[in-house]
Amino acid sequence: MDITIHTSALPHDDPDASLAFYRDVLGFEVRGDVGQGRMRWITVGPAGQPDTSLLLAPPAADPGITEDERRTITAMMAKGTYGWILLATRDLDATFEKVQAGDTEVVQEPTEQPYGIRDCAFRDPAGNLVRIQELR
Amino acid sequence: MCQPEWRRARVEAQRLADLARLRRVRDRIDREYAQPLNVEALARGVNMSAGHLSRQFRAAYGESPYAYLMTRRIERAAALLRRGDLSVTEVCFAVGCASLGTFTTRFTELVGMPPGAFRRRAADAQTSNAHRADTHGADTRRAGAREGDASADRADAARTAADADSAVTLEGMPACVAKQVTRPVRKREADVGEKPLA
Repeated sequence: MDITIHTSALPHDDPDASLAFYRDVLGFEVRGDVGQGRMRWITVGPAGQPDTSLLLAPPAADPGITEDERRTITAMMAKGTYGWILLATRDLDATFEKVQAGDTEVVQEPTEQPYGIRDCAFRDPAGNLVRIQELR
Repeated sequence: MCQPEWRRARVEAQRLADLARLRRVRDRIDREYAQPLNVEALARGVNMSAGHLSRQFRAAYGESPYAYLMTRRIERAAALLRRGDLSVTEVCFAVGCASLGTFTTRFTELVGMPPGAFRRRAADAQTSNAHRADTHGADTRRAGAREGDASADRADAARTAADADSAVTLEGMPACVAKQVTRPVRKREADVGEKPLA
């Protein structure tokens, strides 16, 4: 078996706002951008790691999702209990300063956790929790 | 001219904007729990009355903002007590609680024992773990875990937060997930007040 993690997905509710966050604030490169209006699929990823991408996708685009389920998903996104991702960096403090300066909602300042790691957390524009862990 | 679907779209947009406002309150609690926060200050931050915020927050998250704030503080307090280098009073103030009595009561409700007992038990668990690790020194897997402080701490968190018998295995789990698993059990499950998934 030779399997890599190629793409994982996070929902957006405003494609341009999410694109601006991942491209301009986190510094990811844009690898694809298809669709239009709210139905856009945007592929981004960290420079120098072409084999790992993050797909920003419209939520509830699967036609098998009912109207009630769609309402539940959009409500969970808005209240911040739906999507999340764990990123990592060698320089957590510099990353935190840069992201915070981008007028991003801070959920947690860099904190030494009792389970042996140090991390911080932000919201992306769609309400996904973006947790960033320090590599050491 | 106002078509019904426009009205529905407006109502829907307002509903999501209200939820996003509650999310900002909840994130602020997560961010500033150690500050002398209260519900009035949280409500002022999003231009709501304290009563309205409490009702809306409870409808969305299943508990009041005050309960959420206290749970957040108790979680952090448990982590600090586990370290063993701070007294109960020091921990109480470090997590933003102004009253030792309220802190002790809420801690006992959520964790199942008073903070002093929790601190002693965590210290005992550490001693016996060290002992167990010594007596099973030949087991290379455990020895490896002992070398990495992170996994040892995480395993320890599982052991003290959950009952020893029902301890969750946290090894290999992302730390932020381990945190959710070891989080004190809340009083209520969140009820969004909507129909269950079809």
